[in-house]
Amino acid sequence: MNSTEASVCVSDLSKTYDVEAIRAEFPALHQDIHGKPLVYLDSGASSQKPRSVIDATVYYYEHDHSNVHRGVHTLSQRATDAFENAREKVRVFINAKSDKEVIYVRGTTEGINLVARSYGDANLKQGDEIIVSEMEHHANIVPWQMLCERTGAFIKVLHFDDSGELDMQEFDDLLTEKTKILAVTHVSNALGTVNPIKDMTRKAHAVGAVVVVDGAQAVPHMQLDMQDLDCDFYTFSSHKMYGPTGIGILYGKEALLNAMPPYEGGGEMIKKVTFEETTYNDLPNKFEAGTPSIAQTVGLGVAVDYLTAIGLDNIAAHEQDLLDYATSRAADLDGLRIYGTAKHKASLLSFGLDGIHPHDIGTILDFEGVAVRTGHHCAQPVMQHYGVAATTRASFGMYNTRSDIDALFVGIEKVQQTFAR
Amino acid sequence: MSELRELYQEVIFDHNRSPRNFGKLEDANRTAEGYNPVCGDQVKLYVRVENGVITDVSFDGQGCAISTASASIMTEALKGKTEQEAENYFKSFQALVTGEGEADDSLEDMMKLEVLGGVREFPMRVKCATLPWHTINAALENKDDSVTTE
Repeated sequence: MNSTEASVCVSDLSKTYDVEAIRAEFPALHQDIHGKPLVYLDSGASSQKPRSVIDATVYYYEHDHSNVHRGVHTLSQRATDAFENAREKVRVFINAKSDKEVIYVRGTTEGINLVARSYGDANLKQGDEIIVSEMEHHANIVPWQMLCERTGAFIKVLHFDDSGELDMQEFDDLLTEKTKILAVTHVSNALGTVNPIKDMTRKAHAVGAVVVVDGAQAVPHMQLDMQDLDCDFYTFSSHKMYGPTGIGILYGKEALLNAMPPYEGGGEMIKKVTFEETTYNDLPNKFEAGTPSIAQTVGLGVAVDYLTAIGLDNIAAHEQDLLDYATSRAADLDGLRIYGTAKHKASLLSFGLDGIHPHDIGTILDFEGVAVRTGHHCAQPVMQHYGVAATTRASFGMYNTRSDIDALFVGIEKVQQTFAR
Repeated sequence: MSELRELYQEVIFDHNRSPRNFGKLEDANRTAEGYNPVCGDQVKLYVRVENGVITDVSFDGQGCAISTASASIMTEALKGKTEQEAENYFKSFQALVTGEGEADDSLEDMMKLEVLGGVREFPMRVKCATLPWHTINAALENKDDSVTTE
């Protein structure tokens, strides 16, 4: 092999996926925990941040910071441009039709609450039905319960089977002309299941319901296309997609958002205020009262750039390999049970070890440098389905490797040995 | 690593494997349920109090090794103690596991509880150890309702 051929090989490899180059971009990954190299398997709770996102946030504060949409001076213009450029980046990223459909919120939880409050209060009445799946995060259950308390609507639960797949027969049976809202997660944070949102949306629309999708666990793992999914609302958080905390996106169809009353009142969301009457601003500002998380939004825009440059399809392929590898390692281990074995699954492994509580697992793994989530994952109905109080969850991001998974299983064996004493 | 050994001592595993005073106490006259919303752990305490003395006590529920061992050791220590003594143990135990204040070594069964002292190096796990104590406290105060660690 001559040197030209060799370099071609290398560049082909890097085109597929250079995970080491990606890891090098994430400063927080390179540290020791209890004397062992950090193995970060908790990106499902919150991902680490690449250097470009951190730098952009710092640069913004050092050079461009002012309030947005407020002043005529140069810094205000720079801040506003950076803030609005991020919105356009997100629009392209999720293929929304218009910038007006991209609302800045604090995160997924606020996105769902906004829809429940604004759309829900204006459109639901006594006897209406909301279909909520059994695998939802509490953030996609409680706002609907609160809406039911206010309006007299009620929730119908869409169950999943033991593999973690939604019961589509039950879904067909639950849909009636009384169904006003379908609230469903794109990817389950506790099980990893990827739900058939496009198909479910089509069926929900056939009975006149609107579809609200919790996309928090989907957005870092797959290419999103709002126009293709055709759901009415879709919401996600920046911090799970390698961006800063404190900022998230609510996508909504323009016609629906236009017809909805404001969520919070204050600055930015108004056109004109007198004590007799206030007229509200146009989209998207109508839903963005108060000074927003500007630096975080700038950082989100850079996270979108980063994900786009690497390519969600490449990330998805890499993570699928990690999931397959982790699943096969888990299958070889006695006393380990996997929760969530759906055919279409995102890259997380929720599991239990016979006779060992997840919190004990989490503490011992931490001493091996392995960070996992333990607990009910804010999805207690999922825990109730399996009759457990908690599970251990290892979630894999774009920067994880097969050797991270090896470290996890070394740690798990250590846990089992410790408890076998 | 020594912190981890300090936390998971052999005695802890022993109580976790075979918890003492485990199961419902049929003639209990004080009960309370404890719940840790962080992890979903639940413990129920059954206490029989006669003339201010804890004549019998048991627990059930599900929890991690730390909370199970803590509940088990607690029931051993408090059986036969007065309500006032139980309160003193509660305060002393809190001091032990949080590192705030002094544990009262003059209490005769304090030695038994000290095996849980290692938890003070694990702030995220302190609530595992204190959940049964908060729960029995609620039972003794006759607040026969659910308590949480929050």
